[in-house]
Amino acid sequence: MERLEILKTYKIFIGGQFPRTESGRYYTPLDKKGQPLANMCLSSRKDFRNAVVAARKAFGSWSERAAFNRGQILYRIAEMLEGRKAQFVEELVKQGSTKAKAKQEVELSTDRCVYYAGWCDKYQQIFSSVNPVASSHFNFSALEPMGVVGIIAPQTNGLIGLVSTILPAIAGGNTCVVLASENSPLCAITFAEVLATSDLPGGVVNILTGTEKELVDQFHSHMDVNAVVYSGGNAEHAKVIETGADCNVKRIFIYEQDFFKETAESPYYLTDLQELKTTWHPIEQIGGATGSY
Amino acid sequence: MAKTKQEKTSLSTNNKASFDFSGGWNYSPSPESISHVKLKERYGLYIDGKFVAPESGKYFRTSNPATEKALAEVAHANEADVDKAVKAARKAYENVWSKLSAKERGKYIYRIARLMQERSRELAVVETMDAGKTIRESRDVDVPLACSHFFYYAGWADKLEYAFPNRKVSSLGVAGQIIPWNFPLLMAAWKIAPALATGNTVVLKPAETTPLTAMLLAEIIHESGLPAGVVNIVTGFGDTGAAIVNHEDVNKIAFTGSTNVGKIIQKAIAGTSKKLTLELGGKSANIIFEDAPIDQAVEGIVNGIFFNQGHVCCAGSRLFVQESVANEVIRKLKDRLDTLYVGDPLDKNTDIGAINSREQYETIQKYIEIGKKEGAEMYESSCSLPKNGLFIRPTLFTNVAQSGRIAQEEIFGPVLTIQTFRTIDEVIQKANNSPYGLAAGVWTDKGSRIFNLTTKLRAGVVWANTYNKFDPVSPFGGYKESGFGREGGLHGLGAYLKMER
Amino acid sequence: MNRNKTVKNIPDFKLSPPVDKVGVEERVARFQTRSIKNEAKIQGLKMVLNMIDLTTLEGKDTPGKVHQLCYKAQHLHDHYPELPTVAAVCVYPTMVAEAKKALGDSGIKVASVSTAFPSGQSTREIKLSDTRFAVENGADEIDMVISRGKFLAGEYDFVFDEIAAIKEVCGKARLKVILETGELASLDQVRRASDIAMYAGADFIKTSTGKIQPAATMQVTYTMLCAIRDFYRKTGVKVGMKPAGGISSSKLALHNLVMVRETLGNEWLNNEWFRFGASSLANDVLMQLVKQQTGHYQSTDYFSID
Repeated sequence: MERLEILKTYKIFIGGQFPRTESGRYYTPLDKKGQPLANMCLSSRKDFRNAVVAARKAFGSWSERAAFNRGQILYRIAEMLEGRKAQFVEELVKQGSTKAKAKQEVELSTDRCVYYAGWCDKYQQIFSSVNPVASSHFNFSALEPMGVVGIIAPQTNGLIGLVSTILPAIAGGNTCVVLASENSPLCAITFAEVLATSDLPGGVVNILTGTEKELVDQFHSHMDVNAVVYSGGNAEHAKVIETGADCNVKRIFIYEQDFFKETAESPYYLTDLQELKTTWHPIEQIGGATGSY
Repeated sequence: MAKTKQEKTSLSTNNKASFDFSGGWNYSPSPESISHVKLKERYGLYIDGKFVAPESGKYFRTSNPATEKALAEVAHANEADVDKAVKAARKAYENVWSKLSAKERGKYIYRIARLMQERSRELAVVETMDAGKTIRESRDVDVPLACSHFFYYAGWADKLEYAFPNRKVSSLGVAGQIIPWNFPLLMAAWKIAPALATGNTVVLKPAETTPLTAMLLAEIIHESGLPAGVVNIVTGFGDTGAAIVNHEDVNKIAFTGSTNVGKIIQKAIAGTSKKLTLELGGKSANIIFEDAPIDQAVEGIVNGIFFNQGHVCCAGSRLFVQESVANEVIRKLKDRLDTLYVGDPLDKNTDIGAINSREQYETIQKYIEIGKKEGAEMYESSCSLPKNGLFIRPTLFTNVAQSGRIAQEEIFGPVLTIQTFRTIDEVIQKANNSPYGLAAGVWTDKGSRIFNLTTKLRAGVVWANTYNKFDPVSPFGGYKESGFGREGGLHGLGAYLKMER
Repeated sequence: MNRNKTVKNIPDFKLSPPVDKVGVEERVARFQTRSIKNEAKIQGLKMVLNMIDLTTLEGKDTPGKVHQLCYKAQHLHDHYPELPTVAAVCVYPTMVAEAKKALGDSGIKVASVSTAFPSGQSTREIKLSDTRFAVENGADEIDMVISRGKFLAGEYDFVFDEIAAIKEVCGKARLKVILETGELASLDQVRRASDIAMYAGADFIKTSTGKIQPAATMQVTYTMLCAIRDFYRKTGVKVGMKPAGGISSSKLALHNLVMVRETLGNEWLNNEWFRFGASSLANDVLMQLVKQQTGHYQSTDYFSID
């Protein structure tokens, strides 16, 4: 007798938990053949707000983690991703990918995790500087994460787009609120499960499903979001975000990228989401032939 | 043996012991000579290598805030003038500047730096006359820093490929730059030098109350032989700035000024491909711990808030003092205030000059009234003020609440709010409890505490055991509503470059 | 004896406040940007003259030399009307009697170095008798040196007690305590030594013996002025300041006055509370005064050496 398959309930990911949307609403994206993929949470403004609260709460301790430790956790994400390869391939195929392309996407996504894991304790050395000021001061500039980053993931490439936008944000110590692809959201939630089992502290990454149209205004208007990465590919939405960013002088980054390309991985995605802080301190010159006080 | 001492301590008057900083031996007036300064009656626009009359036909007066007397008339550029300037900049970019070798480009910038040095005293005097800032500051800070900014970026012109590893960098095109009135020449240098070094051409608009040194800079640039149209300077008001921001053929906007205007600009260029850097307002915290070198901290407080009459975006306008030393710090601060001279900006002994404009004068007075209404205790120094001109005594407010408007809003004048704190966590929270994030100061003798604080303060510049230091090699810029992008240093180049793999 | 436990309000000198040297340098640079012109300059220069401790401290000092110095002290430049005299003449203990006699009732004080000047490397007994000898010979002021070796070894109580003991034998003579800042290595130490000296009873604190470089730099003097300010605030007791060594130009002397004015106020701007220990400063000041008067730059040939 054939066994009845247990269907997966896709929920959203906030503060390390998997709640349902507080709105109780759902939507049903369809695959290429018009068949329903699953019932997905139709996230609301309140879900977005809750996610920002969770991200803000997680920011302090995540940004202060040792870079080495962040690297370890990102590498752990890669390990967990690898372990769930088959599941991701299956979901990508469901969402319309060919099997070969799906396999390539999962492998590339895993490798990209490893790539950014490696950057965690290196970008600071490359992009910081000691500045030789003319006065008797030690002066250096170092990068610091911006804070809470809103990310609207690409509509296509449900996994690689997600990984390519989330990883540089968190590798640099930011926390984020992510809106998954509207039509291909399955692997976003499965990716959330990967994150939940990768020692990543709750709240560092929060993933919502729903429609870009409904939530786009939340991204630019929320006063506790420091930056927005938009890669949804909708020029109108991009402009909406840029126009509304002035409420708190948000940093906006519009990425139009084929995330399969090698150019879609670079430390510059990471440094985009960093502030530069310059510190001064006096140097006391003591003794020596020139010393006189 | 101990007796001597006990006799002394029994005389103890403690806080009643006071110091007399007035009367007695006073410094005679020592005005800087202005005989070598020859201002024109009227300045046109500097477009395409020529000084031209504005299409608008309009001129406005710029005056000396210390006397409120007019210094010269300056052109008011309208949209047509700005369009002319942008076209000149585009033409110069396409035909000349982008074709020039990086080395030659650098040499032009070096030449500008040298010519500025040669005319440094004249620049300082004109800056003081037009802006009201003291000659001591324009002579020792503004002008030398402006010169060294050109020197620094001149050297970058042919080394850009080393700045951003693994990137191919190229210039953007025409940069539109709008600068404020607090450091007129220095801000022009901060804008023009990196733009030229990275191969862009420039349309710069100085502030309406302080256009004169920009026009002198135009003369210097002209004298340097820089190809026509590479730098264009258009004077005017907000409408002139708006015309630059909204011009279709501008590739980059760099703005320094208020957060309100910054937001308008951010909105205005949304959906365009214009690159943007914003250097906006601040309400920076200056934090004094009980183990700080107190006498130097007091100097840092004074330099933090009274430098340039407090017209400094990164002014240490919110003072946080640990409660255990609050009385001592405040007492010393008041003593120090009484030694500050407010008056003729051209006098070499003046510490605090004139408020830049009547408008700003009224804004500051408004905030002083608000402070009084909010129940904060006010202290102003005992110095005398000149009969005419726009002057405000250095002012302190103690017993200020974190929720008070004077503790939250940028006053941009010589007004300091003082709050006390008990623990590190408390002061970090209070310091970060602001929409701004431009700068911060930390005073403590303990190294590990410095690094704890400098890491946790959300601000682009942190001065530890010092304040208000600037250098061309040191990147400057804010977090949060204080703007984005950096000016100065290697990182200041990024704002003017396109980067590709 | 541990003073910290037995004497009220004596602080723990290990906890003397820290001093940031770069900050001090910046503050000093600010004093040096003061432009002293015209009336202020003339008035300032006359004040400087009146604050000088005209000094000769050499192995080869003789009564003859001291006599000449004392005459100069009273007649700085008789061609210039109404010049003040210097504040004091500073000599070795063996020359005190000679100086006292030469100065008569001029009002100029006789200061004597003591306590095994300049090194201070001797026993307490010798230092006390050295001081006693100078006082008995009529010294109005005693310029003692501290035991820098003990200070640098952290024996602050020893240094404190020694100063207190000397103060006792001074009687009515005012005690200036020389820190010899050139040997103290840092401004934090200068501050600490100042605190020790003041709490132990110094009427003046003084930078240097003049035998060690660097001597009275503005950074050191400023640090000591700040210590005096804090001491006055805490105890209500005024202490004087004497930079000595290295101040030979009028400009530097005037900048010192600016520094005093803006740190301690006008009450310190007289020779009761501020002195310059110098031998060649007086003539430079005189040349400046005559230049102000005549408009011509001066030659040393017209100003007597001693």
